[in-house]
Amino acid sequence: MAKLTKAHTATYLVISILAVLLMLVGSPGMAAVERAPATADHSKFKSLKGPFESASQVTEACLRCHTEAAGQIKATTHWTWLYQHEETGQTLGKNKVINSFCGMAVTNEPRCTSCHVGYGWKDMNQPPPEADSAVDCLVCHDTTGDYWKFPTLAGDPTYVPREWPKGSGKMVQPPDLPDIAQNVGATGRANCGSCHFYGGGGDGVKHGDLDSSLVSPARSLDVHMSPDGGNFSCSDCHSTWGHSVSGSRYQVNAKDTLGIDIPGHTDLSRASCESCHGGEPHGREKLNDHVNKLACQTCHVPAFARGGVPTKMWWDWSTAGKLDENSKPVATYDDAGHVSYLSEKGDFRHGENVVPYYAWFDGTVEYTMVDEQFDIDNPPLEINRLDGEPNDPGSRIWPFKLMRGKQPFDTEHKTLLATHVFGADDSSLWSNYDWPKALKFASDMSGMPFSGNFDFMETKMYWPITHMVPPADQALRCGSCHSGESRLAGIGGIYMPGHSGNLWLDRIGWLAVALTLAGVVLHGLARVVFRRRKQS
Amino acid sequence: MSRVLIFKRFERFWHWFQALLIFSLLITGFEIHGSYSLLGFGDATRLHTIGAWSLIVLWLFAIFWHITTGEWRQYVPTRDGLFAVVHYYLIGTFTGAEHPYRKTSKAKHNPLQRLAYLFFKLVISPIIWVSGLLYLFYNDWPALLAGALNLETVALVHTAAAFAMLVFIIAHVYMTTMGQTLTSHIKPMVTGYEDLDEPAG
Repeated sequence: MAKLTKAHTATYLVISILAVLLMLVGSPGMAAVERAPATADHSKFKSLKGPFESASQVTEACLRCHTEAAGQIKATTHWTWLYQHEETGQTLGKNKVINSFCGMAVTNEPRCTSCHVGYGWKDMNQPPPEADSAVDCLVCHDTTGDYWKFPTLAGDPTYVPREWPKGSGKMVQPPDLPDIAQNVGATGRANCGSCHFYGGGGDGVKHGDLDSSLVSPARSLDVHMSPDGGNFSCSDCHSTWGHSVSGSRYQVNAKDTLGIDIPGHTDLSRASCESCHGGEPHGREKLNDHVNKLACQTCHVPAFARGGVPTKMWWDWSTAGKLDENSKPVATYDDAGHVSYLSEKGDFRHGENVVPYYAWFDGTVEYTMVDEQFDIDNPPLEINRLDGEPNDPGSRIWPFKLMRGKQPFDTEHKTLLATHVFGADDSSLWSNYDWPKALKFASDMSGMPFSGNFDFMETKMYWPITHMVPPADQALRCGSCHSGESRLAGIGGIYMPGHSGNLWLDRIGWLAVALTLAGVVLHGLARVVFRRRKQS
Repeated sequence: MSRVLIFKRFERFWHWFQALLIFSLLITGFEIHGSYSLLGFGDATRLHTIGAWSLIVLWLFAIFWHITTGEWRQYVPTRDGLFAVVHYYLIGTFTGAEHPYRKTSKAKHNPLQRLAYLFFKLVISPIIWVSGLLYLFYNDWPALLAGALNLETVALVHTAAAFAMLVFIIAHVYMTTMGQTLTSHIKPMVTGYEDLDEPAG
């Protein structure tokens, strides 16, 4: 018995010391994710020794063990570039949608298909190549950083030294495929980022909350992905199921009511804040009172493009094609050193530390498809539309990057137009700066009608903002919304203390206060005057 | 003339603590309303909530005290002498007339005071409490209530009551200066005692 007590005392002592130490060190906070050790060392596999003539030969080697992987990939949106929207019935995906950047992927292969998770998709009028060996394993599973899908080769890396960017004199060397194959591993931020950070034709151009600064971000930029924070890979949240990645921009989970995902109870997809943080994440009850109407991101992503990489906010294609006196393309730059005009692409405006646009959103996004007639007399045209409204319990206020610009449309058919901007032919916009020719070629290429008459329409496009979450102390203050100059001014449907009010109530109220004060002052003055009279 | 205890210890504590709370609630409340920026919305809200709960607790004690001591009778309205008091404040005070009301410890408020305080206690304050609690627990409204009422209505009623409170305070503070001397009305609320034409005990 005495022994037991002694043991207990020792235990308490140790716990106390640990507790004190913990207090000294600070609260545990966020620790980097620990990864289980791999069960295979790929450098020990004979089939990965090479030599490989092409990347697809590496895929063949992979598939000898990972027999189901190619089939799984080919069932995903990453492969098909098609997305059947269950709510709207629209068929979306890169194969179908038009955006306000370079228009459509169709008519711009092989530049666009350089980001396809496969090899050799040169004609998007056809489905991607059928062979299992056309699947690209390395773009997601390379850990060396040496594997790079060359921008103009429809998904392949270059196999000979090749200049990029064109005219820069910088040569890209062929990758060491055996070394890359022997060092494959789980996906990391740089893998996903090699495509998703560069959407729209360059670093940070498209999303605003996804750019190369997230490869190794500071805690203040992204507390989850920072090596000093959670060091999350993308797939820690975008959890996968047989190579199918969760989290969609076409059908966003705008309000995750499942809360923390517990095995056996929920779907285990973690692509929402609530998947880990639950539905009542704040210590202060009043903050938890906000989660039914506000997406986490609305307060916790105070601004996007914060990592030093600008994002495009305005892209006016109508001014493209101006050449200098020597008929050479020109480039101009703004005060911040960001490109503001290119003969190939027209006028741009870039932004950093951009305050998002806010809107009610239930997660469903509808697109203006390329063959859809729209009202050409009421610009700007919404390239995509956000569903959601204040009284819908499934909607919350979300932050968006609002991309604006001007892009070509058919004045007779009243439809948007696919543009042929890239191509090693004499018709692409970037080779001859001739819009009619490029539009005609795009029409011939895709089979989409073009009357020959076109103009430029101002357009808007919404991109949900969800990444670049800083530590909680950098979240928006109450006064960012609860003030006269509220970020949510004009959002509608909610009474926001500190911002909303009733003009007449205020007028009458302050008038009553002023009259009372005046009455009191007059009465007091009269007392003084009468007293003096009496005394004198 | 004798020195009479008019305001007992609890009464004075209640009055001054209530005054402090109401001033803090007005200052933070109108900031929350967006009239100016002083502490920042977050801190203003936190202080306002703490102040509100404190005032509610204080009121529970005060209600208990009013009932158990029978002091609630001090607020029963009467028309008897009301006109004379109003006449005094409008005219008599300038002509040098005597205040028509004779205070006793059993009837320490004149008829106008009785009306004003009763209005404060039975109209302004309850409206502020009910609308304030609805405001605070907006997210927990039962479905039936949520269907019939919205936050905007609650907020506007709360704001209107706050304006009424502010008007009351201004008038109340001014009228405390209308005793024989500027502070003779205020003194008993501090010391508890006043010299009255009433036999002691």
